[in-house]
Amino acid sequence: MFKKQECVAMLLAGGQGSRLYTLTEKTAKPAVRFGGKYRIIDFPLSNCVNSGIFTVGVLTQYQPLQLNEYIGNGRPWDLDRGQSGVRVLPPYQGKDGADWYKGTANAIYQNLNFINRYDPDYVLILSGDHIYKMDYDKMLTAHKETGADCTIAVLEVPIEEASRFGIMNTDDNMKIVDFEEKPKVPKSNKASMGIYIFNTDVLRKYLIEDEADPNSSKDFGKNIIPKMLADGMKMYAYPFSGYWKDVGTIQSLWEANMDLLGETPEFDLRDRKWRIYSRNYSDPPQSIGKYARISNSLITEGCVIEGIVENSVLASGVKVARGAYIKDSIIMKNVVIGEGTTINYSIIDSDTTIGAGCVVGRTKSSGEQITVIGSDLELRPGTDVAGGEMVNDAWLENNK
Amino acid sequence: MAASGIIFSNIHDNNIPELTRMRTIASVPFGCRYRFIDFTLSNMVNSNIYNISVITHLNYQSLMDHIGSGKDWDLARRSGGIKILPPFITAYADKAKSVYQTRLEALKGVSNAINRITDEYVVLSDCDVICNIDFNDMIEYHRKSGADMTFAVKKVALTKEAAKLNVIYNSDDDGRLTDVIAYPVNYEGEADITLNIIVMTTAYLRQIVAEAIAYDHVSLTRDVISRNLNRMNYRVYKYDGYFACISSLEDYFQHSMDLITNANARDSLFNVKNRPVYTKVRNSTPAYYSPSARVDSSMIADGCYIEGTVENSIIFRGVKIGRNATVKNCIIMQDTIVGDGAFLNYVITDKNAVIRDGTMLVGAESQPFYVSKGKMI
Repeated sequence: MFKKQECVAMLLAGGQGSRLYTLTEKTAKPAVRFGGKYRIIDFPLSNCVNSGIFTVGVLTQYQPLQLNEYIGNGRPWDLDRGQSGVRVLPPYQGKDGADWYKGTANAIYQNLNFINRYDPDYVLILSGDHIYKMDYDKMLTAHKETGADCTIAVLEVPIEEASRFGIMNTDDNMKIVDFEEKPKVPKSNKASMGIYIFNTDVLRKYLIEDEADPNSSKDFGKNIIPKMLADGMKMYAYPFSGYWKDVGTIQSLWEANMDLLGETPEFDLRDRKWRIYSRNYSDPPQSIGKYARISNSLITEGCVIEGIVENSVLASGVKVARGAYIKDSIIMKNVVIGEGTTINYSIIDSDTTIGAGCVVGRTKSSGEQITVIGSDLELRPGTDVAGGEMVNDAWLENNK
Repeated sequence: MAASGIIFSNIHDNNIPELTRMRTIASVPFGCRYRFIDFTLSNMVNSNIYNISVITHLNYQSLMDHIGSGKDWDLARRSGGIKILPPFITAYADKAKSVYQTRLEALKGVSNAINRITDEYVVLSDCDVICNIDFNDMIEYHRKSGADMTFAVKKVALTKEAAKLNVIYNSDDDGRLTDVIAYPVNYEGEADITLNIIVMTTAYLRQIVAEAIAYDHVSLTRDVISRNLNRMNYRVYKYDGYFACISSLEDYFQHSMDLITNANARDSLFNVKNRPVYTKVRNSTPAYYSPSARVDSSMIADGCYIEGTVENSIIFRGVKIGRNATVKNCIIMQDTIVGDGAFLNYVITDKNAVIRDGTMLVGAESQPFYVSKGKMI
């Protein structure tokens, strides 16, 4: 027996994030590190908890090891609960065979039994690849007030970018009249954020129907939403304003990290009314050496800084030797940077060691692309990595 | 070699009256993000001691708040875990006299809990023992040597002043305890001082407590150790890692600064392989250093926002250092706000202090200026 929950959140975290290249070679996109001590999934999970939603199913598929380990029993988000809490939901083998999640809708369909046991009135569908702070409870209130069958959160984007998104065309009351996936000539600039609230009964009916349709690609955006619109279901858009960033590409991941910097950052992590929770490790405090110089940067516990750091985000346990210079870069957990090494406009993934006297990346003003160094690698002293390179095991093999 | 732990949370409260006015010595903040008791708790947990009793005395609200359910040390357990044992006073006792004064009296007060211990060994420790010690090794030494009680000691060079605050445990070449000299007035030079960590079997502890109740013994050193020195096999375990026992505010300041100036101290406390130090998780953001920040030779915790100059200082979680402010040789505790243009040299600010814009505060190395909890200057 489970206690009834008004709303259950289903977090789609199975994405590969192939446009993050080497950063997602060994891990799922929601587990990609962000902002020094966070991972992308901390944002939707913290939003859930801060919105009073304590039942969260996390649907995993691609490279789930790190993600499963990170979520664990949900303790960092106060989701280690008996009656509710966070549950990791991988694809499984059933009576009629085993299936990977074939699409977002299919993933939820396969876990209808998880939803059913809480007998929720509403189901909130989230994706695990955005950086934002949002009160889902306000969206739920709006959903109840309009009496909608489905409410979709939308963000007003610049009209010239609108053709990259799923666009909602609404009437004056925010009722959705039309939905277009990546339209060439967008009629509105209300982009779907991939956040849906459904009445459970409606969702269940459409998922079952969609599953039975052999021509469907089992996707919310492509199948479920257009079908519901065609059937004349009551669908409303919920306008969201505030910071929201898809960190699906190297460029956007870099930008989102940089948005945390500045004296009044575009995205403020320090807001104590809307905390972002993350798993904490027992690292000692930061040790800042005699010759260190740090400016406009975020530094996390366990760091030992002897060199110069500017406009950068350093995760926990990063060691920067004397004479090293880091600018406009994101350095992830436990990276060691040798003496006299220069790092410019780069992203360096966790547990990598960069020897002394290396040159990684080129200055941002040079117009070169962002340089990315994968995790668990070792760059020999004196290595030169040009701007825009993606360094992984294969790269090291070719550049011996 | 299952062992239980017993921690005395208040035994040295008088050492730093400034910092313990509102809290136990166990919950005195230390090293950017820790409390004294974190070191003892972490040592126990890292030595697989998961059944821990903390004997409290007075002012233990902040300690209970810090420990919570024990989650952050993996001590929230169905079987064992951490238990707080408040002073035991029967309903009709003369309350003024009944709160214990010594370790032995404290143990007498929790004799019920001691009788319930099922582990073979117990580790008794004070809470202000700042070190990273492997209790398993100590218990193993205790077991192999067939001792009745084993005391952890550390060889240090004592000045005349420091000697007055320490207890010296002399031993023979074999490691057997020969003599205990408490707070010598005229001692100088090298000596083995006690870490106030004792290992014994649970059975022997029960015996000591039972005898103490029967014969009204009061002091562990005087009534038990000194009295039985020749009769029983008491031994010392020589620990040679970093150890700081804080006996005054100046001492507190010196040992804190040690963490900056002495890389060896820092490493042997925080960077011992497989033995991290745990503390209450606070979910702070990473620290932000603004373009105008100048920070060197310092230890900084997460959640700080630094716009000014920081030199040779320990900055706790959530501290804000304003623009053009200078903080030199200071210990700035949790959530303190140092205003724009303030100047601080040799200052210790307790939690939540506010130093207004442009304020100048200067102490001396031998006498740091102390700003109490929540004070606005």
